[in-house]
Amino acid sequence: MSDDILAVDRLMMRFGGIVAVNSLSFTAERRKITALIGPNGAGKTTVFNCITGFYRPSGGAIRLTHDDGRNIQLERLGDFRISKYAKVARTFQNIRLFPGMTALENLMVAQHNALMRASGLTFLGLIGVPSWREAEQRAIDLARTWLDRVGLLPRADDAAGNLPYGDQRRLEIARAMCTEPALLCLDEPAAGLNARESGGLNELLLSIREDGTSILLIEHDMSVVMEISDHVVVMDYGVKIAEGTPQAVRDDPKVIAAYLGADEEEAIAVMESGT
Amino acid sequence: MDYFAQQLINGLVLGSIYGLIAIGYTMVYGIVGMINFAHGDIFMIGGFIALISFLVLVSLGLTAVPVILLIVLLVSMVITALYGWTIERIAYRPLRHSFRLAPMLSAIGMSFVLTNFSQVSQGARVKPVPPIITGGYTLHEGPAGFAVQLSNIQIVVVITTIVLLAMFTWIVSRTRLGRDMRACEQDQTMAALLGVDVDRTISMTFVIGAALAAVAGMMYLLYYGLVDFFMGFVAGIKAFTAAVLGGIGSLPGAMLGGLAIGLIETFWSAYFSVEYKDVAAFSILIVVLIFMPTGLLGRPEVEKV
Amino acid sequence: MSATSARPSPAPSTSGAAFIFKKSLISAGVALVLFSLMIGVRTEAGPQGGLIYWTRFDDLAALVATVFGGSIIVELLRQWWGPVDTERMVPKPVQAAMSFVGRWLAPALLIFAFLIPVIFYDQRYILDLSILVLTYVMLGWGLNVVVGLAGLLDLGYVAFYAVGAYSYALLATNFGLSFWVCLPLAGILAAFWGVLLGFPVLRLRGDYLAIVTLAFGEIIRLVIINWQSLTGGPNGVSGIPRPTMFGIPLTPGDDGLAARLGIEFSPTHRIVFLFYLILAMALLTNWVTIRLRRLPIGRAWEALREDEVACRALGINVTTTKLTAFATGAMFGGLAGAFFATRQGFISPESFTFQESALVLAIVVLGGMGSQLGVALAAVTMIGGFELFRGLDQYRMLVFGMAMVLLMIWRPRGLIGHRAPTVFLERNQAISSDLVKEGHG
Repeated sequence: MSDDILAVDRLMMRFGGIVAVNSLSFTAERRKITALIGPNGAGKTTVFNCITGFYRPSGGAIRLTHDDGRNIQLERLGDFRISKYAKVARTFQNIRLFPGMTALENLMVAQHNALMRASGLTFLGLIGVPSWREAEQRAIDLARTWLDRVGLLPRADDAAGNLPYGDQRRLEIARAMCTEPALLCLDEPAAGLNARESGGLNELLLSIREDGTSILLIEHDMSVVMEISDHVVVMDYGVKIAEGTPQAVRDDPKVIAAYLGADEEEAIAVMESGT
Repeated sequence: MDYFAQQLINGLVLGSIYGLIAIGYTMVYGIVGMINFAHGDIFMIGGFIALISFLVLVSLGLTAVPVILLIVLLVSMVITALYGWTIERIAYRPLRHSFRLAPMLSAIGMSFVLTNFSQVSQGARVKPVPPIITGGYTLHEGPAGFAVQLSNIQIVVVITTIVLLAMFTWIVSRTRLGRDMRACEQDQTMAALLGVDVDRTISMTFVIGAALAAVAGMMYLLYYGLVDFFMGFVAGIKAFTAAVLGGIGSLPGAMLGGLAIGLIETFWSAYFSVEYKDVAAFSILIVVLIFMPTGLLGRPEVEKV
Repeated sequence: MSATSARPSPAPSTSGAAFIFKKSLISAGVALVLFSLMIGVRTEAGPQGGLIYWTRFDDLAALVATVFGGSIIVELLRQWWGPVDTERMVPKPVQAAMSFVGRWLAPALLIFAFLIPVIFYDQRYILDLSILVLTYVMLGWGLNVVVGLAGLLDLGYVAFYAVGAYSYALLATNFGLSFWVCLPLAGILAAFWGVLLGFPVLRLRGDYLAIVTLAFGEIIRLVIINWQSLTGGPNGVSGIPRPTMFGIPLTPGDDGLAARLGIEFSPTHRIVFLFYLILAMALLTNWVTIRLRRLPIGRAWEALREDEVACRALGINVTTTKLTAFATGAMFGGLAGAFFATRQGFISPESFTFQESALVLAIVVLGGMGSQLGVALAAVTMIGGFELFRGLDQYRMLVFGMAMVLLMIWRPRGLIGHRAPTVFLERNQAISSDLVKEGHG
């Protein structure tokens, strides 16, 4: 049996009468980069929202297995608990930083739960006990490390809202990493980046994988997907149409039809004839 | 049973008045996305203008009650509508693209201005008027001597409300203005690109809302026979409660909510305690918002991530 | 809403005397219609109970003429200045000077505050006014936690002020508990009510939360009015004990402070004591708030104001975070309420109307949301300004309302337009408030 960190089993998501995700099953291997791709409206972000607790799935199961073998059923947790207890972090398709706070503050907020414990639920921190000061210094050091890794150390004290677009994307990833997640979910991290920034992103994601964090990403930019993914899951119209290595997926005629080579109308035609 | 029927009638009449005010809240909220805090005071101003114009007309020697009422209705609608227009122009328009709290505080300030303006200009004492429309019908005489009454004034209030609502529904659903209003409600930028005069449409929203509030003010004057400078505050909160109860942004919802609040208040006063009738109305607001945040007829809000 | 709305189209040519004249004429015409009945005719209940009226056309004419003249002046000023914006109104060198002053303003104000009873020892009026201002500074700082930091719009803050005041008044008059026992109790009770209200309503967004808190404030006031057996109803509670200096009463008797110190008794001692008491309470509020901002809970409040969804994604429990903000703000309100009760010696529901909530909220917003110094300055300006109109008592709310409208148009972001970061690596630089969000809950 392979070492999966995430197992999605027959996931269903309905909005009213519309079925956005229909009985989707896939797994993501530990310390690997799994990509979820598909044309617009395929239901990728909906899957993400189910995994990260923003939607409660209509059916199915999402199991997260930690390094120590502990299993967590994510569909039963929901909301902030997914990040807090299951250690799943995420970024957003349209960046959601705290624009009025500095880059450093953004990373400090990400360490909220650890710092809350260290501050004795605020009370010890209020009187300034030494253990709290140490914990805060450690948090700042962790933030500094991540700022350095995403190349934003010189801009640590600038408001996040003042950073250029590419920097904001990287800061959001750094912020997610500051929650020290087991699984990092990235919603189109390369969207809007130029070729150079995109290359830098690839390196960053690979280095995060080397450090032992598993990554699940949604991506449109095929160069990113093909270069760094270990495993690719292709979705269309809420169902999985293919999965495998990047090469295998790239050569799959159904995928080509739905997504890669063909234009949209053609792809739809192929899809309908194929299923 | 007779007592119940009587309270039902009273509640529906009161509810009509709340509903007329609530429409102003719901319209403005739908289009500009702000709580027009001064709207309750617009209602109060409407009541005052109806009172003064009535007094002037009577002293000029006019005796035909229907003619007087019609003139009073028109005068108070026109002048109060101008109040609505002016307030939007002075206090809200400069802040339309500003931060969310700024228009709200500006509206609270405007509400203070209106309250104090009428206190200063017309005095702080309650202004009573003699009953203008008298008479009525006894619907049912109970064995215990309790009779269910339907007074003429109650009929006037309900009929006026129905007629105005019909006119108003026609404006919103059939006219160019109504189409513009609905367009602005959906997307102001897009509406402007398609040639809708957004400024004018928003102005007209305030004008119509104020005119309806003026009618409510006049009905209040006729029904209760008094106005005072502070009546706008509580009536305003209750009408807003009605708008929220019905689902804010929904026009039929506002009317429905108004009737519901009127009935709740009347029955609470009749069967429990008069002192706590406002507490009951406000508690309903809290309970509704907690369990039914979109109200009776509101559209559910889908969270976008 | 605001970000996506259409920009206002550029105004048509707005020059020339004819244009100004025409515009002012329209304003005057509008004023004439608006005021025709409300000013031109004065109604009053007559001696026999009926209504009588008399005309005041001279007042009406004067008012319309004022509007006409005022609108000419406003138009001229507008052409002279061009579009109103603060960048132009305040030139760069002045801004630089202001930032220098800003750095030293807070310590200077603090020192001045400590010296007030020394400088104005003989001027009872100024001492009383200072106590009043400090009470509002404390209330402003308390509400600032809720509105300025956490971005939760609370229009019923006065409810917690009332809970604090009545808690102390009732505990002291019924059970004879001393001020120093009741003060923390008042804070705890107010915080408890904050949690009680907050728990169900804090998932509401923006304006709904505002209206629910407003309704809550009214409910508390109405219950106080109607629950006569407990609260004395509209007559209020009187005979509330004065505070003692940790057990030593400030009275002329033998066991009083003056007698013990061997100095001559003066009623001013109590005023000075009250002054330092509220100053200490306000500074405690300030200190706690500043500390909390640098703790995870405070950062979570601000993050919540910036983006609630992102907070959830980072594992922050949004509900408890909001509740703590609400309870903290309520606690400070309750403490201020207890002080109010002991200072007045008498409280009634009239002191806890919506106007008080609006005043405190106006102080917070005018101060520049989240800025401690701004709130203090705004409290001084607002309460001081209020005092200036003491002679024109009946016009006070009129002026206050107009001031609120004008201030919002002038500075929608408040006096202090930037946010200080809570932690920094190299440079501690302020963040322009244009970037800072104001919350949706």
